[in-house]
Amino acid sequence: VRVFSFFNVSPVQWLVQVGASAGKALPQRVKIVEVGPRDGLQNEKTLVPTEVKIHLIDMLSEAGLPVIEATSFVSPEWVPQMADQVEVMKGINRRPGVSYPVLTPNLKGFQAAVKAGAAEVAIFGAASELFSKKNINCSVDESLQRFEEVTKAAKEAGVRVRGYVSCVLGCPYEGQVSPDKVAQVAKRLYSMGCYEISLGDTIGVGTPGGMAELLEAVSREVPVDALAVHCHDTYGQALANILIALQMGISVVDSSVAGLGGCPYAQGASGNVATEDVVYMLHGLGIQTGVDLPKLMDAGAFICRSLNRKTSSKVAQATCKL
Amino acid sequence: MGNFPTTVKHCLSYEELIQDYPWLARWLQEEKEMVPTGVKIQLIDMLSETGLPVIEATSFVSSKWVPQMADHTEVLQAIHRSSHVRYPVLTPNMHGFQDAVAAGATEVAVFGSASETFSRKNINCSIDESILRFEEVICTAKQRQIPVRGYVSCALGCPYEGPIESTKVAEVVKRLYELGCYEVSLGDTIGVGTPGSMAKMLHSVKKEVPSSALAVHCHDTYGQALANILTALQMGICTVDSSVAGLGGCPYAQGASGNVSTEDVLYMLHGMGIKTGVDLSKVIEAGDFICKALNRKTNSKVAQARGDNSMHCRMKKINT
Repeated sequence: VRVFSFFNVSPVQWLVQVGASAGKALPQRVKIVEVGPRDGLQNEKTLVPTEVKIHLIDMLSEAGLPVIEATSFVSPEWVPQMADQVEVMKGINRRPGVSYPVLTPNLKGFQAAVKAGAAEVAIFGAASELFSKKNINCSVDESLQRFEEVTKAAKEAGVRVRGYVSCVLGCPYEGQVSPDKVAQVAKRLYSMGCYEISLGDTIGVGTPGGMAELLEAVSREVPVDALAVHCHDTYGQALANILIALQMGISVVDSSVAGLGGCPYAQGASGNVATEDVVYMLHGLGIQTGVDLPKLMDAGAFICRSLNRKTSSKVAQATCKL
Repeated sequence: MGNFPTTVKHCLSYEELIQDYPWLARWLQEEKEMVPTGVKIQLIDMLSETGLPVIEATSFVSSKWVPQMADHTEVLQAIHRSSHVRYPVLTPNMHGFQDAVAAGATEVAVFGSASETFSRKNINCSIDESILRFEEVICTAKQRQIPVRGYVSCALGCPYEGPIESTKVAEVVKRLYELGCYEVSLGDTIGVGTPGSMAKMLHSVKKEVPSSALAVHCHDTYGQALANILTALQMGICTVDSSVAGLGGCPYAQGASGNVSTEDVLYMLHGMGIKTGVDLSKVIEAGDFICKALNRKTNSKVAQARGDNSMHCRMKKINT
């Protein structure tokens, strides 16, 4: 792993160094970006009624989450779960101070989103060419050109744009992904006008060493204040990866209530990290989030009942049964 | 007696060589079905082939308390003892110790608690009384040159008392170490710890006992285990306990998980470039075997991700 040769230390020595400096450097406050209603539900097989989605978002707003990704303006042909995008946007109770970004894969989606009342949008790039081709049928460059149209229009409309980069720690098709490639894509999204870039470990293969190496590379191109981590828990590594990210100055973390959204590449395997488990760790570290954990767990219990599935949150599993 | 499930210990050295010490084989009373002796033996034998050098084989507690361990002598005598592996056993008192030695044990373990209430509820005596009991075992073991490992439960919280003072943990650890335990494993028995409380506790304990004699035994009941283990590594702890397939639930939260899975710990260590000498795929196989035998799903996320039908199984391996 490169970071070790860069610092000329053994992995354990490096870990100790990062840990030692982190004691003073852990953020006092972390912003949680709740992706359950969009990323989570999009990857659940069961189609969820519109009223249930709206109620979930309203419960999450009440739980104190500052950012809740509400829906996605992709074609309903591709993602039937998000077909009720306009209804959801119009039906939710928008809490003052809370942001409700929506996914917009292209200009058409952006225009529909603004019409439906969106005040913030999100665009998705990939750090892997193969993944980009398989997922959205075009190269990384072509996708970035498409997004430039969106960021331009967003600027004119006064709408904020968040950028995502997927496959930052590994790709289901290409395997290893170079941190420099991720840094390049992140830099382009940032220069286009994205206020924040969320780095996604799409298949959850990352470990703390790789995460640190990635953040070293990306923070050379994009200020660390403008970076977020979106860790998947498919290999159980998410909280450890998030911890290292915090130690390296990251203060924005994406997660999904009840760990909604499995991994499309591994049947039965988990995907998103559960917001409840992240909040539990952050609060245990004395880091403020503004989130009310019991209310968050209520939201998780609600959506799991509606989906007729068990929560993927260990905190929720442990707490309910005591 | 505490319900301590199968555990695996990983020992890290600063030369990046990981010697894994998988402690194995105490089944929770929560495993409702009795596991046949043959299955236990086969599991231990499979783990002996993975590169893990220590396997906690069984427990010499009274079979009245822990029926699952009634076959302790049979297990210890029937396993294929690899020359590269150590097979310690639990011994709660002199009686158990003597039985263990008679059955061929060459290493033993004793369990204390950092919580008075937990001690009373679990083993019917105070912390002080339990340590007096262990003193006998440790002294005798010393004379016979049998190494003794100490465990301290409730190091990060107690199901009865709630948060535990880190100075209290340090006190109990120090006593076990000074009595002669070569290593003391700090157990987050109900998995409530976070990197914050782990760091605080280790800070206190390290004042009394050198890091090289400490280990962490993290439960994953609240999903915090790997983050806690990472914190421990950063604070110079070089020994980690875990359990193949994450076996052993939490007796205090029905349906909740307990031990952290060995597979997930190994995946993290390997991913960080730390060599362990352990073959992860063989550990996954052992986990697969025991889960089929118990008719239950693995708790290991790595094992789930690499399951037969998953694309992850066919993906180019990034961290092996």
